[in-house]
Amino acid sequence: MEALMENLLSNVDWTEIGWASWDTLVMVGMSLLFSVLIGLPLGVLLFLFGKRQLLEQPVAYAVLSFVVNVLRSVPFIILLIVMIPFTVMLIGTSLGVAGAIPPLVAGGAPFFARLVETSLREVDRGIIEATQAMGATVKQVVFGALLPEALPGIIAGITVTAITLVSYAAMSGVVGGGGLGDLAIRFGYQRFQTDVMVITVALLVIFVQLLQMAGDRLVLYFSRK
Amino acid sequence: MIVFDQVQKSYQVGGRAIPALHPTSMTIETGEVFGIVGHSGAGKSTLVRLINLLEPPTGGRILIDDENITGYNASELRAFRRKVGMIFQHFNLLSSKTVADNIAFPMKLAGIYSRTEIHERVDELLKRVSLVDQADKYPSQLSGGQKQRVGIARALACRPTILLCDEATSALDPQTTQSVLKLLADINRELGLTIVLITHEMDVVRRVCDRVAVMDAGEVVEMGAVSDVFLHPKHPTTRDFVFESENIDRDEMQQDLQHAQGRILRLTFRGESTYTPLLGSVARESGVDFSILSGRIDHIKDTPYGQLTLSLVGGDLDIAMNAFEAADVHVEVLR
Repeated sequence: MEALMENLLSNVDWTEIGWASWDTLVMVGMSLLFSVLIGLPLGVLLFLFGKRQLLEQPVAYAVLSFVVNVLRSVPFIILLIVMIPFTVMLIGTSLGVAGAIPPLVAGGAPFFARLVETSLREVDRGIIEATQAMGATVKQVVFGALLPEALPGIIAGITVTAITLVSYAAMSGVVGGGGLGDLAIRFGYQRFQTDVMVITVALLVIFVQLLQMAGDRLVLYFSRK
Repeated sequence: MIVFDQVQKSYQVGGRAIPALHPTSMTIETGEVFGIVGHSGAGKSTLVRLINLLEPPTGGRILIDDENITGYNASELRAFRRKVGMIFQHFNLLSSKTVADNIAFPMKLAGIYSRTEIHERVDELLKRVSLVDQADKYPSQLSGGQKQRVGIARALACRPTILLCDEATSALDPQTTQSVLKLLADINRELGLTIVLITHEMDVVRRVCDRVAVMDAGEVVEMGAVSDVFLHPKHPTTRDFVFESENIDRDEMQQDLQHAQGRILRLTFRGESTYTPLLGSVARESGVDFSILSGRIDHIKDTPYGQLTLSLVGGDLDIAMNAFEAADVHVEVLR
Protein backbone atom coordinates (compact mmCIF):
# COMPACT_ATOMS: atom_id res chain seq x y z
CA MET A 1 0.00 0.00 0.00
CA GLU A 2 2.70 2.39 1.01
CA ALA A 3 4.69 1.47 -2.06
CA LEU A 4 1.68 2.11 -4.19
CA MET A 5 1.20 5.56 -2.70
CA GLU A 6 4.90 6.24 -3.20
CA ASN A 7 4.57 5.29 -6.84
CA LEU A 8 1.38 7.19 -7.51
CA LEU A 9 2.57 10.39 -5.90
CA SER A 10 6.21 10.10 -6.94
CA ASN A 11 6.48 13.73 -8.00
CA VAL A 12 4.86 15.22 -4.95
CA ASP A 13 7.22 17.19 -2.74
CA TRP A 14 5.23 17.64 0.45
CA THR A 15 7.43 20.44 1.79
CA GLU A 16 6.83 22.32 -1.44
CA ILE A 17 3.09 21.68 -1.15
CA GLY A 18 3.18 22.91 2.43
CA TRP A 19 4.86 26.17 1.50
CA ALA A 20 2.57 26.66 -1.47
CA SER A 21 -0.47 26.14 0.75
CA TRP A 22 0.87 28.68 3.21
CA ASP A 23 1.48 31.15 0.38
CA THR A 24 -2.10 30.71 -0.84
CA LEU A 25 -3.36 31.31 2.69
CA VAL A 26 -1.31 34.50 2.97
CA MET A 27 -2.41 35.77 -0.43
CA VAL A 28 -6.08 35.09 0.22
CA GLY A 29 -5.90 36.37 3.79
CA MET A 30 -4.10 39.60 2.98
CA SER A 31 -6.11 40.37 -0.14
CA LEU A 32 -9.36 39.57 1.70
CA LEU A 33 -8.35 41.93 4.49
CA PHE A 34 -7.69 44.80 2.08
CA SER A 35 -10.71 43.96 -0.05
CA VAL A 36 -12.91 44.31 3.02
CA LEU A 37 -11.14 47.44 4.25
CA ILE A 38 -11.65 49.12 0.86
CA GLY A 39 -14.83 47.41 -0.29
CA LEU A 40 -16.88 47.98 2.87
CA PRO A 41 -16.70 51.79 2.88
CA LEU A 42 -17.05 51.76 -0.90
CA GLY A 43 -20.20 49.64 -0.62
CA VAL A 44 -21.62 51.88 2.11
CA LEU A 45 -21.01 54.96 -0.07
CA LEU A 46 -22.57 53.26 -3.08
CA PHE A 47 -25.63 52.55 -0.96
CA LEU A 48 -25.87 56.03 0.58
CA PHE A 49 -25.39 57.81 -2.77
CA GLY A 50 -28.02 55.64 -4.45
CA LYS A 51 -31.47 56.74 -5.55
CA ARG A 52 -33.82 57.80 -2.71
CA GLN A 53 -31.16 57.00 -0.11
CA LEU A 54 -29.78 59.05 2.77
CA LEU A 55 -27.14 60.99 0.82
CA GLU A 56 -28.60 60.74 -2.67
CA GLN A 57 -25.80 61.92 -5.03
CA PRO A 58 -26.55 60.89 -8.63
CA VAL A 59 -23.19 62.09 -10.02
CA ALA A 60 -21.03 60.56 -7.29
CA TYR A 61 -23.02 57.35 -7.56
CA ALA A 62 -22.56 57.20 -11.33
CA VAL A 63 -18.79 57.72 -11.01
CA LEU A 64 -18.29 55.14 -8.25
CA SER A 65 -20.55 52.68 -9.97
CA PHE A 66 -18.66 53.09 -13.23
CA VAL A 67 -15.25 52.46 -11.61
CA VAL A 68 -16.59 49.39 -9.83
CA ASN A 69 -18.13 48.06 -13.03
CA VAL A 70 -14.94 48.58 -15.02
CA LEU A 71 -12.85 46.68 -12.48
CA ARG A 72 -15.44 43.94 -12.33
CA SER A 73 -15.82 43.53 -16.06
CA VAL A 74 -12.10 43.11 -16.81
CA PRO A 75 -11.32 39.38 -16.72
CA PHE A 76 -9.01 38.79 -13.76
CA ILE A 77 -6.27 37.27 -15.89
CA ILE A 78 -6.14 40.54 -17.87
CA LEU A 79 -6.28 42.62 -14.69
CA LEU A 80 -3.24 40.69 -13.43
CA ILE A 81 -1.23 41.76 -16.47
CA VAL A 82 -2.54 45.32 -16.70
CA MET A 83 -1.74 45.89 -13.02
CA ILE A 84 1.93 44.87 -13.30
CA PRO A 85 3.43 48.40 -13.65
CA PHE A 86 1.24 49.70 -10.86
CA THR A 87 2.13 46.77 -8.61
CA VAL A 88 5.84 47.33 -9.21
CA MET A 89 5.39 51.01 -8.35
CA LEU A 90 3.47 50.14 -5.19
CA ILE A 91 5.59 47.35 -3.65
CA GLY A 92 8.66 47.04 -5.88
CA THR A 93 7.86 43.72 -7.51
CA SER A 94 5.07 42.07 -9.41
CA LEU A 95 6.25 38.57 -8.54
CA GLY A 96 5.65 36.16 -5.69
CA VAL A 97 3.13 36.38 -2.92
CA ALA A 98 3.51 40.11 -2.34
CA GLY A 99 3.22 40.90 -6.04
CA ALA A 100 -0.06 39.06 -6.31
CA ILE A 101 -1.84 40.97 -3.56
CA PRO A 102 -2.49 44.35 -5.31
CA PRO A 103 -4.24 42.80 -8.34
CA LEU A 104 -6.18 40.48 -6.00
CA VAL A 105 -7.40 43.50 -4.03
CA ALA A 106 -8.22 45.35 -7.27
CA GLY A 107 -10.39 42.38 -8.23
CA GLY A 108 -11.82 41.64 -4.77
CA ALA A 109 -12.66 45.08 -3.38
CA PRO A 110 -15.16 46.20 -6.07
CA PHE A 111 -16.72 42.75 -6.05
CA PHE A 112 -17.20 42.94 -2.28
CA ALA A 113 -18.41 46.56 -2.50
CA ARG A 114 -21.33 45.47 -4.69
CA LEU A 115 -22.20 42.69 -2.28
CA VAL A 116 -22.19 45.19 0.62
CA GLU A 117 -24.41 47.59 -1.34
CA THR A 118 -26.88 44.80 -2.05
CA SER A 119 -27.05 43.61 1.54
CA LEU A 120 -27.58 47.17 2.80
CA ARG A 121 -30.47 47.54 0.38
CA GLU A 122 -32.03 44.48 1.98
CA VAL A 123 -32.34 46.32 5.29
CA ASP A 124 -35.95 47.35 5.91
CA ARG A 125 -36.41 51.04 5.05
CA GLY A 126 -38.64 51.35 8.09
CA ILE A 127 -35.65 50.70 10.35
CA ILE A 128 -33.74 53.54 8.74
CA GLU A 129 -36.78 55.78 9.09
CA ALA A 130 -37.24 54.85 12.74
CA THR A 131 -33.57 55.55 13.47
CA GLN A 132 -33.81 58.94 11.76
CA ALA A 133 -36.95 59.71 13.73
CA MET A 134 -34.87 59.20 16.90
CA GLY A 135 -32.65 62.07 15.83
CA ALA A 136 -29.74 60.00 14.50
CA THR A 137 -27.04 61.46 12.25
CA VAL A 138 -26.25 59.71 8.98
CA LYS A 139 -23.15 58.28 10.64
CA GLN A 140 -25.25 56.91 13.50
CA VAL A 141 -27.74 55.41 11.06
CA VAL A 142 -24.88 53.64 9.25
CA PHE A 143 -23.02 52.34 12.29
CA GLY A 144 -25.93 51.96 14.71
CA ALA A 145 -28.56 50.46 12.45
CA LEU A 146 -27.55 49.69 8.86
CA LEU A 147 -24.32 47.75 9.42
CA PRO A 148 -25.56 45.70 12.41
CA GLU A 149 -28.79 44.85 10.55
CA ALA A 150 -26.91 43.90 7.38
CA LEU A 151 -24.18 41.98 9.23
CA PRO A 152 -25.30 38.46 8.23
CA GLY A 153 -25.46 39.55 4.58
CA ILE A 154 -22.07 41.22 4.82
CA ILE A 155 -20.52 38.09 6.33
CA ALA A 156 -22.01 36.01 3.53
CA GLY A 157 -20.46 38.55 1.15
CA ILE A 158 -17.06 38.14 2.81
CA THR A 159 -17.34 34.36 2.35
CA VAL A 160 -18.17 34.68 -1.33
CA THR A 161 -15.34 37.18 -1.80
CA ALA A 162 -12.86 34.92 -0.01
CA ILE A 163 -13.77 32.02 -2.26
CA THR A 164 -13.46 34.18 -5.36
CA LEU A 165 -10.05 35.28 -4.10
CA VAL A 166 -8.94 31.64 -3.75
CA SER A 167 -9.57 31.09 -7.44
CA TYR A 168 -8.04 34.48 -8.37
CA ALA A 169 -4.98 33.65 -6.26
CA ALA A 170 -4.56 30.36 -8.12
CA MET A 171 -4.76 32.26 -11.39
CA SER A 172 -1.98 34.61 -10.31
CA GLY A 173 0.42 31.65 -10.71
CA VAL A 174 0.31 32.38 -14.45
CA VAL A 175 2.16 35.69 -14.04
CA GLY A 176 4.55 34.49 -11.38
CA GLY A 177 2.46 34.76 -8.23
CA GLY A 178 3.07 32.13 -5.58
CA GLY A 179 0.93 29.48 -3.96
CA LEU A 180 -0.88 26.36 -5.01
CA GLY A 181 -1.86 27.77 -8.39
CA ASP A 182 1.75 28.47 -9.19
CA LEU A 183 2.62 24.90 -8.24
CA ALA A 184 -0.17 23.49 -10.35
CA ILE A 185 0.92 25.47 -13.38
CA ARG A 186 4.67 24.92 -13.10
CA PHE A 187 4.61 21.26 -12.17
CA GLY A 188 1.15 19.92 -12.89
CA TYR A 189 0.72 21.63 -16.23
CA GLN A 190 4.14 22.47 -17.67
CA ARG A 191 5.90 19.28 -16.47
CA PHE A 192 2.93 16.97 -16.87
CA GLN A 193 3.05 15.90 -13.22
CA THR A 194 -0.59 14.88 -12.91
CA ASP A 195 -0.17 13.80 -9.27
CA VAL A 196 0.88 17.35 -8.27
CA MET A 197 -2.09 18.72 -10.17
CA VAL A 198 -4.49 16.39 -8.36
CA ILE A 199 -3.09 17.22 -4.93
CA THR A 200 -3.19 21.00 -5.46
CA VAL A 201 -6.73 20.87 -6.81
CA ALA A 202 -7.78 18.68 -3.88
CA LEU A 203 -6.25 21.15 -1.42
CA LEU A 204 -8.02 24.08 -3.10
CA VAL A 205 -11.34 22.22 -2.93
CA ILE A 206 -10.82 21.52 0.77
CA PHE A 207 -9.86 25.15 1.39
CA VAL A 208 -12.99 26.45 -0.34
CA GLN A 209 -15.17 23.97 1.57
CA LEU A 210 -13.72 25.10 4.88
CA LEU A 211 -14.25 28.76 4.02
CA GLN A 212 -17.88 28.16 3.03
CA MET A 213 -18.61 26.18 6.19
CA ALA A 214 -17.04 28.77 8.44
CA GLY A 215 -18.90 31.55 6.64
CA ASP A 216 -22.25 29.77 6.88
CA ARG A 217 -21.76 29.21 10.59
CA LEU A 218 -21.00 32.85 11.22
CA VAL A 219 -24.00 33.97 9.19
CA LEU A 220 -26.21 31.66 11.22
CA TYR A 221 -24.72 32.93 14.46
CA PHE A 222 -25.39 36.56 13.62
CA SER A 223 -28.85 36.04 12.13
CA ARG A 224 -31.59 37.05 14.56
CA LYS A 225 -34.44 36.96 12.09
CA MET B 1 -49.33 72.55 21.05
CA ILE B 2 -48.82 71.64 17.40
CA VAL B 3 -49.95 74.28 14.91
CA PHE B 4 -50.17 73.69 11.18
CA ASP B 5 -50.24 76.99 9.33
CA GLN B 6 -51.12 76.49 5.67
CA VAL B 7 -48.83 73.47 5.53
CA GLN B 8 -48.62 71.70 2.23
CA LYS B 9 -46.61 68.91 0.71
CA SER B 10 -46.16 67.79 -2.85
CA TYR B 11 -43.83 65.31 -4.49
CA GLN B 12 -41.95 65.83 -7.72
CA VAL B 13 -42.72 62.95 -10.02
CA GLY B 14 -41.27 63.19 -13.50
CA GLY B 15 -41.05 66.99 -13.33
CA ARG B 16 -44.64 67.38 -12.14
CA ALA B 17 -45.69 68.26 -8.61
CA ILE B 18 -48.12 65.69 -7.23
CA PRO B 19 -49.87 67.10 -4.16
CA ALA B 20 -49.91 64.80 -1.13
CA LEU B 21 -51.30 67.36 1.29
CA HIS B 22 -53.25 70.44 0.25
CA PRO B 23 -52.67 73.60 2.34
CA THR B 24 -53.88 72.63 5.80
CA SER B 25 -54.25 74.62 8.98
CA MET B 26 -55.09 73.00 12.27
CA THR B 27 -54.13 72.91 15.92
CA ILE B 28 -53.41 69.90 18.10
CA GLU B 29 -53.63 70.76 21.79
CA THR B 30 -51.03 69.71 24.34
CA GLY B 31 -52.00 66.52 26.14
CA GLU B 32 -54.77 65.43 23.81
CA VAL B 33 -55.04 62.25 21.78
CA PHE B 34 -55.58 63.41 18.24
CA GLY B 35 -56.68 60.92 15.61
CA ILE B 36 -56.23 61.24 11.88
CA VAL B 37 -58.38 58.84 9.96
CA GLY B 38 -58.42 58.22 6.24
CA HIS B 39 -58.17 55.57 3.57
CA SER B 40 -54.72 54.56 2.37
CA GLY B 41 -53.35 57.24 0.07
CA ALA B 42 -55.42 59.98 1.72
CA GLY B 43 -52.26 61.71 2.94
CA LYS B 44 -52.38 60.80 6.62
CA SER B 45 -48.95 59.15 6.59
CA THR B 46 -47.51 62.30 5.07
CA LEU B 47 -49.29 64.46 7.63
CA VAL B 48 -47.87 62.59 10.62
CA ARG B 49 -44.36 62.58 9.13
CA LEU B 50 -44.50 66.35 8.74
CA ILE B 51 -44.63 66.70 12.52
CA ASN B 52 -41.12 65.30 12.99
CA LEU B 53 -40.01 66.48 9.56
CA LEU B 54 -39.29 63.00 8.24
CA GLU B 55 -41.13 64.64 5.34
CA PRO B 56 -40.21 68.31 5.00
CA PRO B 57 -43.20 70.45 3.96
CA THR B 58 -43.11 72.23 0.60
CA GLY B 59 -45.03 75.18 1.99
CA GLY B 60 -46.38 76.72 5.20
CA ARG B 61 -45.13 76.64 8.77
CA ILE B 62 -45.34 74.08 11.55
CA LEU B 63 -45.15 75.52 15.06
CA ILE B 64 -44.57 73.29 18.04
CA ASP B 65 -44.93 75.09 21.36
CA ASP B 66 -44.61 78.35 19.41
CA GLU B 67 -41.34 77.36 17.76
CA ASN B 68 -41.17 77.19 13.99
CA ILE B 69 -39.66 73.75 13.42
CA THR B 70 -39.50 74.21 9.66
CA GLY B 71 -36.67 76.68 10.24
CA TYR B 72 -34.46 74.28 12.22
CA ASN B 73 -30.93 73.48 11.08
CA ALA B 74 -29.68 69.88 11.08
CA SER B 75 -28.53 69.70 14.70
CA GLU B 76 -31.57 71.57 16.05
CA LEU B 77 -33.72 69.13 14.11
CA ARG B 78 -31.98 66.12 15.65
CA ALA B 79 -32.39 67.53 19.16
CA PHE B 80 -36.06 68.23 18.43
CA ARG B 81 -36.68 64.70 17.11
CA ARG B 82 -35.56 63.24 20.43
CA LYS B 83 -38.55 64.96 21.98
CA VAL B 84 -40.92 63.31 19.51
CA GLY B 85 -41.37 59.54 19.85
CA MET B 86 -42.72 57.51 16.99
CA ILE B 87 -44.18 54.03 16.65
CA PHE B 88 -44.90 52.19 13.43
CA GLN B 89 -47.26 49.67 11.88
CA HIS B 90 -44.45 47.18 11.33
CA PHE B 91 -42.69 48.11 14.57
CA ASN B 92 -39.34 48.77 12.84
CA LEU B 93 -37.30 47.25 15.66
CA LEU B 94 -33.66 46.40 15.08
CA SER B 95 -33.55 42.65 14.60
CA SER B 96 -29.88 42.56 15.61
CA LYS B 97 -30.49 44.06 19.07
CA THR B 98 -32.21 42.60 22.12
CA VAL B 99 -35.39 44.10 23.54
CA ALA B 100 -33.39 46.01 26.16
CA ASP B 101 -30.88 47.27 23.58
CA ASN B 102 -33.68 48.38 21.28
CA ILE B 103 -35.17 50.44 24.08
CA ALA B 104 -31.76 51.87 24.99
CA PHE B 105 -30.98 52.70 21.34
CA PRO B 106 -32.44 56.24 21.14
CA MET B 107 -30.75 57.16 24.44
CA LYS B 108 -27.40 55.93 23.14
CA LEU B 109 -27.88 57.89 19.93
CA ALA B 110 -28.61 61.03 21.94
CA GLY B 111 -25.19 60.69 23.57
CA ILE B 112 -26.19 62.69 26.65
CA TYR B 113 -27.10 59.87 29.03
CA SER B 114 -24.76 57.96 31.29
CA ARG B 115 -24.63 54.18 31.29
CA THR B 116 -26.47 53.95 34.62
CA GLU B 117 -29.12 56.43 33.49
CA ILE B 118 -29.79 54.31 30.41
CA HIS B 119 -29.86 51.12 32.45
CA GLU B 120 -32.33 52.50 34.98
CA ARG B 121 -34.57 54.02 32.31
CA VAL B 122 -34.68 50.75 30.35
CA ASP B 123 -35.68 48.83 33.49
CA GLU B 124 -38.38 51.36 34.24
CA LEU B 125 -39.75 51.19 30.69
CA LEU B 126 -39.65 47.39 30.60
CA LYS B 127 -41.84 47.42 33.70
CA ARG B 128 -44.23 49.97 32.22
CA VAL B 129 -44.83 47.88 29.10
CA SER B 130 -44.77 44.58 31.08
CA LEU B 131 -41.84 43.03 29.24
CA VAL B 132 -39.35 42.55 32.07
CA ASP B 133 -39.02 38.83 31.29
CA GLN B 134 -38.34 39.48 27.61
CA ALA B 135 -35.46 41.94 28.12
CA ASP B 136 -32.79 39.69 26.62
CA LYS B 137 -34.85 38.26 23.78
CA TYR B 138 -34.57 39.32 20.17
CA PRO B 139 -37.56 40.87 18.35
CA SER B 140 -38.03 37.75 16.20
CA GLN B 141 -38.85 35.81 19.36
CA LEU B 142 -41.74 38.11 20.31
CA SER B 143 -45.41 38.27 19.31
CA GLY B 144 -46.78 41.26 17.40
CA GLY B 145 -48.25 42.84 20.51
CA GLN B 146 -44.99 42.43 22.41
CA LYS B 147 -43.07 43.97 19.52
CA GLN B 148 -45.33 47.01 19.55
CA ARG B 149 -44.82 47.30 23.32
CA VAL B 150 -41.07 47.39 22.70
CA GLY B 151 -41.75 50.03 20.05
CA ILE B 152 -43.68 52.10 22.58
CA ALA B 153 -41.00 51.72 25.26
CA ARG B 154 -38.35 52.75 22.73
CA ALA B 155 -40.39 55.77 21.66
CA LEU B 156 -40.70 56.87 25.30
CA ALA B 157 -37.02 56.37 26.17
CA CYS B 158 -35.92 59.99 25.79
CA ARG B 159 -39.03 61.30 27.58
CA PRO B 160 -40.71 62.85 24.58
CA THR B 161 -43.58 65.34 24.80
CA ILE B 162 -45.23 64.10 21.60
CA LEU B 163 -45.87 60.53 20.48
CA LEU B 164 -46.64 59.84 16.82
CA CYS B 165 -48.39 56.57 16.02
CA ASP B 166 -48.33 55.46 12.39
CA GLU B 167 -51.01 52.78 12.02
CA ALA B 168 -49.66 51.33 15.25
CA THR B 169 -52.38 48.71 15.63
CA SER B 170 -53.09 47.86 12.00
CA ALA B 171 -50.90 44.77 12.01
CA LEU B 172 -52.32 43.44 15.27
CA ASP B 173 -55.28 41.19 16.06
CA PRO B 174 -58.33 42.75 17.77
CA GLN B 175 -57.40 41.60 21.26
CA THR B 176 -53.82 42.84 21.02
CA THR B 177 -55.08 46.07 19.51
CA GLN B 178 -57.20 46.56 22.65
CA SER B 179 -54.27 46.13 24.99
CA VAL B 180 -51.97 48.38 22.95
CA LEU B 181 -54.65 51.09 22.81
CA LYS B 182 -55.14 50.80 26.56
CA LEU B 183 -51.41 51.23 27.05
CA LEU B 184 -51.44 54.34 24.84
CA ALA B 185 -54.40 55.77 26.78
CA ASP B 186 -52.60 55.11 30.09
CA ILE B 187 -49.45 56.80 28.84
CA ASN B 188 -51.44 59.79 27.65
CA ARG B 189 -53.16 60.11 31.02
CA GLU B 190 -50.18 59.49 33.27
CA LEU B 191 -47.47 61.35 31.35
CA GLY B 192 -49.62 64.07 29.81
CA LEU B 193 -48.07 63.21 26.47
CA THR B 194 -49.65 64.56 23.28
CA ILE B 195 -50.48 61.63 21.02
CA VAL B 196 -51.10 61.95 17.30
CA LEU B 197 -52.28 58.70 15.81
CA ILE B 198 -53.22 57.83 12.28
CA THR B 199 -55.39 54.88 11.44
CA HIS B 200 -57.90 53.63 8.92
CA GLU B 201 -60.06 52.15 11.66
CA MET B 202 -62.72 54.42 13.16
CA ASP B 203 -62.91 52.00 16.06
CA VAL B 204 -59.39 52.95 17.16
CA VAL B 205 -60.39 56.61 17.08
CA ARG B 206 -63.54 55.89 19.08
CA ARG B 207 -61.61 54.09 21.79
CA VAL B 208 -58.77 56.49 22.53
CA CYS B 209 -59.02 59.81 20.73
CA ASP B 210 -60.29 63.12 22.04
CA ARG B 211 -60.47 64.79 18.66
CA VAL B 212 -60.25 63.54 15.13
CA ALA B 213 -59.49 64.82 11.65
CA VAL B 214 -60.86 62.92 8.68
CA MET B 215 -58.71 63.01 5.56
CA ASP B 216 -59.64 62.40 1.98
CA ALA B 217 -57.47 62.94 -1.11
CA GLY B 218 -54.86 65.06 0.68
CA GLU B 219 -57.36 67.24 2.49
CA VAL B 220 -58.81 67.39 5.98
CA VAL B 221 -62.52 67.16 5.23
CA GLU B 222 -63.90 67.08 8.76
CA MET B 223 -62.46 67.78 12.18
CA GLY B 224 -63.85 67.95 15.69
CA ALA B 225 -64.49 66.18 18.98
CA VAL B 226 -64.71 62.43 18.42
CA SER B 227 -68.24 62.24 19.84
CA ASP B 228 -69.50 64.91 17.42
CA VAL B 229 -67.76 63.50 14.37
CA PHE B 230 -68.65 59.94 15.26
CA LEU B 231 -72.31 60.44 16.16
CA HIS B 232 -73.10 63.13 13.61
CA PRO B 233 -70.77 62.64 10.66
CA LYS B 234 -71.23 65.26 7.96
CA HIS B 235 -68.80 64.49 5.16
CA PRO B 236 -69.49 61.39 3.02
CA THR B 237 -66.03 59.97 3.77
CA THR B 238 -66.64 60.30 7.50
CA ARG B 239 -70.01 58.57 7.12
CA ASP B 240 -68.33 55.72 5.27
CA PHE B 241 -65.90 55.28 8.12
CA VAL B 242 -68.58 55.37 10.79
CA PHE B 243 -70.84 52.91 8.98
CA GLU B 244 -67.88 50.66 8.34
CA SER B 245 -66.92 50.60 11.99
CA GLU B 246 -70.48 49.78 13.01
CA ASN B 247 -70.78 47.02 10.44
CA ILE B 248 -73.78 48.66 8.87
CA ASP B 249 -74.62 47.77 5.32
CA ARG B 250 -76.32 50.86 3.98
CA ASP B 251 -78.30 49.14 1.21
CA GLU B 252 -79.64 46.66 3.68
CA MET B 253 -80.56 49.44 6.06
CA GLN B 254 -82.46 51.29 3.32
CA GLN B 255 -84.43 48.13 2.61
CA ASP B 256 -85.28 47.68 6.25
CA LEU B 257 -86.53 51.24 6.45
CA GLN B 258 -88.82 50.72 3.46
CA HIS B 259 -90.68 47.98 5.29
CA ALA B 260 -91.17 50.10 8.39
CA GLN B 261 -94.29 52.19 8.87
CA GLY B 262 -94.79 55.76 10.06
CA ARG B 263 -92.04 58.18 11.07
CA ILE B 264 -88.49 57.03 11.34
CA LEU B 265 -86.29 58.73 13.91
CA ARG B 266 -82.72 58.22 15.02
CA LEU B 267 -82.14 58.99 18.67
CA THR B 268 -78.68 59.61 20.01
CA PHE B 269 -78.12 59.36 23.76
CA ARG B 270 -74.89 60.58 25.30
CA GLY B 271 -73.40 60.23 28.74
CA GLU B 272 -75.83 59.63 31.61
CA SER B 273 -78.95 59.78 29.42
CA THR B 274 -77.79 56.53 27.80
CA TYR B 275 -79.08 54.56 30.74
CA THR B 276 -82.39 56.37 31.41
CA PRO B 277 -85.55 54.33 30.69
CA LEU B 278 -87.05 56.89 28.37
CA LEU B 279 -88.88 55.07 25.58
CA GLY B 280 -91.67 53.61 27.71
CA SER B 281 -92.61 56.86 29.39
CA VAL B 282 -92.56 58.80 26.12
CA ALA B 283 -94.79 56.18 24.51
CA ARG B 284 -97.29 56.45 27.38
CA GLU B 285 -97.38 60.25 27.37
CA SER B 286 -97.68 60.72 23.63
CA GLY B 287 -99.62 57.61 22.76
CA VAL B 288 -97.22 56.61 19.94
CA ASP B 289 -96.37 53.03 19.23
CA PHE B 290 -92.77 52.33 18.39
CA SER B 291 -90.68 49.53 17.04
CA ILE B 292 -86.89 49.43 17.23
CA LEU B 293 -85.25 49.02 13.83
CA SER B 294 -81.69 49.04 15.04
CA GLY B 295 -79.74 50.09 18.08
CA ARG B 296 -76.46 49.94 19.91
CA ILE B 297 -74.89 51.06 23.14
CA ASP B 298 -71.15 51.61 23.29
CA HIS B 299 -68.44 53.94 24.52
CA ILE B 300 -66.55 56.83 22.98
CA LYS B 301 -63.35 56.87 25.00
CA ASP B 302 -64.93 56.86 28.50
CA THR B 303 -68.33 58.29 27.63
CA PRO B 304 -71.22 55.89 27.04
CA TYR B 305 -73.54 56.55 24.15
CA GLY B 306 -76.52 54.88 22.56
CA GLN B 307 -78.08 55.17 19.17
CA LEU B 308 -81.57 53.88 18.34
CA THR B 309 -83.43 53.92 15.07
CA LEU B 310 -87.20 53.80 15.72
CA SER B 311 -90.31 53.83 13.65
CA LEU B 312 -93.22 55.62 15.31
CA VAL B 313 -96.88 55.05 14.48
CA GLY B 314 -100.01 56.91 15.75
CA GLY B 315 -100.29 59.15 18.81
CA ASP B 316 -98.99 62.71 19.03
CA LEU B 317 -95.55 62.90 17.44
CA ASP B 318 -94.85 66.45 18.64
CA ILE B 319 -95.23 65.46 22.27
CA ALA B 320 -92.85 62.57 21.71
CA MET B 321 -90.24 64.79 19.98
CA ASN B 322 -90.44 67.37 22.73
CA ALA B 323 -90.08 64.72 25.41
CA PHE B 324 -86.96 63.31 23.76
CA GLU B 325 -85.39 66.73 23.42
CA ALA B 326 -86.26 67.60 27.01
CA ALA B 327 -84.33 64.49 28.07
CA ASP B 328 -81.26 65.75 26.19
CA VAL B 329 -81.56 63.18 23.45
CA HIS B 330 -80.53 64.22 19.97
CA VAL B 331 -83.29 63.49 17.46
CA GLU B 332 -82.76 63.11 13.76
CA VAL B 333 -85.73 62.54 11.45
CA LEU B 334 -84.78 60.01 8.81
CA ARG B 335 -88.22 59.87 7.17
